[in-house]
Amino acid sequence: MRDIGKSFPGVRALDGVTLDLYAGEVLALVGENGAGKSTLMKILAGAYQADQGLIEIDGRRVQIDNPRAAERLGVGMIYQEFNLVPALDAIENITLGEEPQRGIFLDKKRAAEMASSALAELGITLPVSVEVFRLSVAQQQMVEIAKALLKKARIIVMDEPTAALTGREIERLFAVIAKLKAAGNGIIYISHRLEELPRVADRITVLRDGRVIETRPLRDFPPDEMVRAMVGRKLEFHFPDLPAIAVDAPVELSVSHLVRAPLVNDVSFEVKAGEILGIAGLVGAGRSEIARAIAGADIPQSGTIRVGNRPVRIGSPSDGIEAGIAFITEDRKSQGLVLGMPVRENITLAHLEDFVNREHLVDRRKETAAAAKFITELKIRTPSPEQLVRNLSGGNQQKVVLAKWLVGAAKVFLFDEPTRGIDVGSKAEIYGLMVELAKRGAAIVMISSDLPEVLGMSHCILVVRDGRIVANLPRSEATPDRIITIAAGAAA
Amino acid sequence: MADAQIKAAVTEEAEVARAKAARTYWLRLIVAAVGFLIVVSIANRYSGGSFLQPSNLIRVLRQITYEAILAFGQTFVIITAGIDLSVGSLVSLTGVVMALVANASGLHGFPLIAVTLLCGLAVGALAGWVNALPVVKLNLPPFITTLAMMLMALGLSYKLAGGRPIPVIPPDFENIGYGTIGPIPIVVVWMIAIAVIASVLLMRTRFGRYVFALGGNEEAARLAGIGVGRVKTLVYVISGICAAFVGFLLMANFSSGSPNTGTGDELLESIAAVVVGGTSLMGGRGSIVGTFFGALLIGVLYNVMNLIGVESYTQKIVLGAVILLAVILDELRKRYIQR
Repeated sequence: MRDIGKSFPGVRALDGVTLDLYAGEVLALVGENGAGKSTLMKILAGAYQADQGLIEIDGRRVQIDNPRAAERLGVGMIYQEFNLVPALDAIENITLGEEPQRGIFLDKKRAAEMASSALAELGITLPVSVEVFRLSVAQQQMVEIAKALLKKARIIVMDEPTAALTGREIERLFAVIAKLKAAGNGIIYISHRLEELPRVADRITVLRDGRVIETRPLRDFPPDEMVRAMVGRKLEFHFPDLPAIAVDAPVELSVSHLVRAPLVNDVSFEVKAGEILGIAGLVGAGRSEIARAIAGADIPQSGTIRVGNRPVRIGSPSDGIEAGIAFITEDRKSQGLVLGMPVRENITLAHLEDFVNREHLVDRRKETAAAAKFITELKIRTPSPEQLVRNLSGGNQQKVVLAKWLVGAAKVFLFDEPTRGIDVGSKAEIYGLMVELAKRGAAIVMISSDLPEVLGMSHCILVVRDGRIVANLPRSEATPDRIITIAAGAAA
Repeated sequence: MADAQIKAAVTEEAEVARAKAARTYWLRLIVAAVGFLIVVSIANRYSGGSFLQPSNLIRVLRQITYEAILAFGQTFVIITAGIDLSVGSLVSLTGVVMALVANASGLHGFPLIAVTLLCGLAVGALAGWVNALPVVKLNLPPFITTLAMMLMALGLSYKLAGGRPIPVIPPDFENIGYGTIGPIPIVVVWMIAIAVIASVLLMRTRFGRYVFALGGNEEAARLAGIGVGRVKTLVYVISGICAAFVGFLLMANFSSGSPNTGTGDELLESIAAVVVGGTSLMGGRGSIVGTFFGALLIGVLYNVMNLIGVESYTQKIVLGAVILLAVILDELRKRYIQR
């Protein structure tokens, strides 16, 4: 790709970007959110047209006007949100658009052969004849890759492929990438997780503000320089100092014998005012389910929850809110935000009763004032409170979710994967905010798959396995190795 | 990025967004104004100047009254990404019920009108509640539950009426059906009053905001503590009440309650008015003002075609084409703005 440029209204998304990909290599593309990675890849995949520049494949200049053209030229895209038909099985998905026929009828036998040979090429087995929505995320991803292979893709783009995978699944993905590489495919690997790059990448390109800052082979690119190139200044990423918990701090949230089958089994713990409690565990261990049961997103079957010192009965999310529990869900797009609403309306949504005037009508001026206050305080980058949330970047969307819960007088904050998929700068700001909340006496529960985050941001760490708390470690005793060992089920 | 830089970037972005919003607004206004002028001038020319006669303009409003009121209720439902197919049948059912009540009550004057209307509204509200129940409790698609209600309500209205219109004996309703305030028919005043109430309800109250939130992202709305089931139930109740109002006005107009009144194009034209008015069938977006103009556009078209002597079969073809065109233009406009 040579000298690619692309503008959106008010934004120069890409400015003269040049990128080379060789056969049989993995090129990692890194950069903060909004750096232009996705735009660049969408141009390669034919979803957007570049305003300037040209694309060559095998030395021949090509025109990629639409996704089909990209497909014909051997470009395969594995988006973060997969492009699968949930109600069709793996065979049908893999052969979608390439269905073999006998006369006018589908040739199911041949389709099955094609699908299984594509999967065999990847060294993968999975149930091919159940609907793909029943498969795990990792399996769905393999279906996507097999689909790309069947379409004879030689350039495979993977956008944040490990974001939703567990440790073992990541290993398997890396093995598949190695196979693809060995077969001579070129792979573009987009990721936020710098620590995994040494495992997969050959070369690394850093994008910032729509420009290529640097491209270097992996071994000449130490992580701290990579981060510096991404953020444009030397940023030693360290977590903020946690405030000490007052000796006489009261217990703010107390959960005892909480049960909600199948993934919350007799869970008990306490969080003091000013304390940040981390919850670690593998994906599917029941971490989110514990938070959901406390917040009333799922209704617990038994157990007691106390906020402050009052026992609370929680039968719905509104009960949780009334009790002073704020639940910042892991998936902001599907659970946290109404994307088609402006920033202002999202911020006031959960506490609209505080924004009505004497006639019980919604008072827009009051709403705008509150929105403007949070936009400044949380440094939400939005042109105005009226901007639709859909148009904000991930980090800024997450800040809108936070603002929504800061409007109320919550004393307990449940954060589920608070920094997933957001850039380094926003991450630091969100940590700062959590510390600020703790200082003001809030009790915070933070669920995270990001181990450094759990270790750096918690006073105390619970490890969850099969819906049970299997360890309760003070920060001083917690190490990554220890947490992983416990979470995976080996002896503590 | 330093704070000053952020601030600079933010103000710059704000400027761009403001410019874009202004462009959007003017573009919409210009397109609407030009389109309207073209329609009006063509209409006026071919009708020999009779279109712009005040009496004709009032006639247009008179003609769209019933569809518009149905469409106001339908707007609430469609913003939640639902649909209410039962409104036509509910017009029939409530009309028949009100005729029976009026004849049997033995009341006169205002008490008669009030009791009759309240009975009709109660039937409409109850039907809406029944529509919503399986949608809320079992998550069934509203297309099916309201389709079932459409059949049941129609059957019930034929049964209650014995298959033929029931003449309303007390003459107290005639003024509502035919009366005017100055030059304005009373039914038009009703329509405008309902439009104002519906618009305030949708745009200015918590309930209205929740309607949009529910249509935009139901799970996010639920987790924000919104009583999703209650909001959903209410939109179908509102739609049922709007249908009952139409049943009332038609009964007053014909001095009879007939099972046939709501079986024509009322349902489909009300949905068309909502969609032409810019409300998204996917939910989360829409307005009462838009719906009113959607209904008005359809009314003006019929009126103009009548004035210039287009026969009724052709009218349907033209109307269908215009609805399609309106939706296509709206989509193109949105795409242009996104660039």
